[in-house]
Amino acid sequence: MAGLAGLSVLFFLLPLAGLVIRAPWGSMASVITSKSSLDALGLTLVASLATTALALAFGFPLAWLLARGRFPGQTSLRGLTTLPMVLPPVVGGIALLMAYGRRGMIGAPLYHATGLSLPFTTPGVIVAESFVAMPFFVITVESGLRTMDTRLEDAARSLGASRWTVFRRVTLPLIAPSMIAGAVLAWSRAVGEFGATITFAGNLPGVTQTAPLAIYISQTTNHLDEAIALSLVLVAVSLAVMLGTRSRRRAG
Amino acid sequence: MRAVGGLIGVRRHGQRSNYGVTKARARGTGAKTAICLAVLSLLAASCSSSPSKSSSGKVTGTVVVFAAASLKGAFDSIGTQFEKTHPGVTVRFNYAGSSSLATQLGHAAPADVFASADSRNMKKVTDGGLATGSSKVFAHNKLEIMVAAGNPKGVKKVADLASKNVKVAVCAPAVPCGAYTRQVFAKARVTVRPATEETSVSAVVTKVSLGEADAGIVYTTDIKAAGKNVAGVPIPADQNVTAEYPIVALKDAPNHSGATAFMDFVLSKKGQEVLSSYGFQPAGKQG
Amino acid sequence: MLEADIQLRLSRLELAASFAVEAGEVVALVGPNGSGKSTVLRALAGLLRLAGGRVELGGQVLEDPTSRTRIVPEKRPVALMFQEYLLFPNMSAVDNVAFGLRARGTDRRQARDKAAAALARLGVSQVASARPIAMSGGQQQRVAMARALITEPKLLLLDEPLAALDVSTKAEVRRHLRSVLRESPSANVLVTHDLLDAVALAHRMVVIENGKIIQSGTPAEVTGRPRSRYVADLTGVNLLSGTGRGTSIDLDNGGRLTTGDASSGPALAVIPPAAVSVYRQPPETGDANIWHGIIGTVDLLGDRVRVRIEGTHVITAEVAPSAVDQLKLDDGGELWASFPAAAVTAYPP
Repeated sequence: MAGLAGLSVLFFLLPLAGLVIRAPWGSMASVITSKSSLDALGLTLVASLATTALALAFGFPLAWLLARGRFPGQTSLRGLTTLPMVLPPVVGGIALLMAYGRRGMIGAPLYHATGLSLPFTTPGVIVAESFVAMPFFVITVESGLRTMDTRLEDAARSLGASRWTVFRRVTLPLIAPSMIAGAVLAWSRAVGEFGATITFAGNLPGVTQTAPLAIYISQTTNHLDEAIALSLVLVAVSLAVMLGTRSRRRAG
Repeated sequence: MRAVGGLIGVRRHGQRSNYGVTKARARGTGAKTAICLAVLSLLAASCSSSPSKSSSGKVTGTVVVFAAASLKGAFDSIGTQFEKTHPGVTVRFNYAGSSSLATQLGHAAPADVFASADSRNMKKVTDGGLATGSSKVFAHNKLEIMVAAGNPKGVKKVADLASKNVKVAVCAPAVPCGAYTRQVFAKARVTVRPATEETSVSAVVTKVSLGEADAGIVYTTDIKAAGKNVAGVPIPADQNVTAEYPIVALKDAPNHSGATAFMDFVLSKKGQEVLSSYGFQPAGKQG
Repeated sequence: MLEADIQLRLSRLELAASFAVEAGEVVALVGPNGSGKSTVLRALAGLLRLAGGRVELGGQVLEDPTSRTRIVPEKRPVALMFQEYLLFPNMSAVDNVAFGLRARGTDRRQARDKAAAALARLGVSQVASARPIAMSGGQQQRVAMARALITEPKLLLLDEPLAALDVSTKAEVRRHLRSVLRESPSANVLVTHDLLDAVALAHRMVVIENGKIIQSGTPAEVTGRPRSRYVADLTGVNLLSGTGRGTSIDLDNGGRLTTGDASSGPALAVIPPAAVSVYRQPPETGDANIWHGIIGTVDLLGDRVRVRIEGTHVITAEVAPSAVDQLKLDDGGELWASFPAAAVTAYPP
């Protein structure tokens, strides 16, 4: 058993070690601060944060509905929101085109009315990332809502707290851990998103070329230095986030 | 790290299984052996081409061809004909942007033939010592503006693409089509801000066909192949570039005789006829 | 103070319970699981809607479905204490206690000062800034009590307040709770399944079974004359029912009982197990009631032993531990039981 586990560890460790060892340490600084790299990283940051904010704003009511509501079709609705999690991202991209592309069900009327369309725009990137990342937030928060003891809310009400006060002082603090976990999950999924982004939003440096796209382009054109350098930045960020949430959990 | 490269680059010296095991024996550590075996079984599962040893005479087995995306229609047809001429042989194609293919070959992807859409990417392969002999140009192509059927944005010339009104899809600079496109723009003296830079010309075709982009710069052969959904707007000769398509057999080809035979077929009268029917210009034509 | 007529339906339970509680009075609500006791509390707190009936507290109508009156939980002068205390885990004791005041508009500093004082009165100042997780069961109970009382409710509802405590803490907290309840000006309803709680804390006991009140009275009255199997089991007495004919009762399911008091018509009879003697042979005691059956169970309860004899009726006898060896009760088998007429108390159901 230990031998097999050891193999698994090696399996995961070697690629990461490979990245570190093969990194162009000498030119790392100049590669990372090149315009294309900074554009890609900046765009990734903006889009992923916007996606997370959207997940909070729209995902929370959905999670609440799924956890506390009782209505016909609830299980199907939950299945629907979980679907993007298991769907291959590129499939998500195609589906998004069918709905929100310029000839899409919603996109076409929007385009004819306003001349605006989502593909090839930064909002388009955010839409693609939200499609794949929001479900992670919803599912995590729904679970948190379900596992909390709702009698605490009863106690608060019987003590005289209005529904809003109960939510603010009792419910929110109790589900805060799951909200943070859900936000981190959604954020990291958004950062790594590739298939849906390139299919729906396209690839244009500075506008829609996020870090994963930039890395992909670099490696197809044999600019391995750039690819590895950017990859390492993403690995470092992911590591930092992971360690950050872990220490928070230990402290809290 | 050479060891890691060596493990992955298991094809370098022909007899792949022996190579991997030899390396493992040389190292001697149990963990590395296990890794070798794991990698090998993965490779064995994914590669199924059987090597053909004969250096002359009958061609058998599988021939793996890495070809530029713009060659898809023509090469599929050539492949079928080749198989008819050499019964018992199967031809398999990997279509992608030429730069992507060149990179894959650089990582020692197993292939017999490489057909590129430009000399720049072919040079990467030949300079890297991955080819046998020198490459030969087998076709030429020209660029053309692709628009949705009916040309809704009324694009008539290259300069029209600079309009803010028109969403233009082009190939990324590293892809042959992308390099050619930028030459066209330079020749026409226009600055076009594209909406997206795709990784292969087929992706540009898709974006225009889907209606997401109003126009795209692709090869004339792509417009011919795309059918009714799209229309073409020709680019005048003084602004256009001639794309040069070279083909070469690869040094580490598992099927050397198959590689040579296929290359010869492409360059033969038959092959040239097929290419012509798809809109390519013949090998001999220059500019 | 409280006039409650609660009618509602909750999954399989049809609840129809009507009772009143005066200011300063403590009423214990007892009954088996699923009888509806907690449901009554939740309805009084406003956490459940009435289907019918009416709840009036201190002259104010809290709920009346027919006139569509309903005061939401947070506006009722009612405080609810739960079995597991349900202190807010993310707040300190002082913030927990201050919660009710702050929710009703008191500013933060004033609320916290009052809360600190309340904690001091209950003797738990030392945990004022601690989180619930760091407190003992007894401390949590007092903090929960402070939290409920600080809002000066007109009705205090306690749902099994001592159930989560271990035996030694329970006795101490029960004593403390008794004095707090006796001093409080509110009407108090206490749900419990521990008879000791009811006897020690309550002025009156209400027995509820299957959603209906089947008996009500002082703890002495109720336990002295149980009118349900539940209470009989709770108090550990034998309870039989039948039809009275003077000094005998024709029991349901057959058999006859000779009683001390006269009765006629439907009757209940209570026999204390201590009054029942057991023999291996038909006894010649001259007792009016002689029964027999097979030994069911033999249980050691402290320094007494309870023997359950199953015959036409089940009767429990209480004997000295020495009797177990003498009569070899552990071997089971046939056993004779006898008790005098004077040991039987009969009364109308």
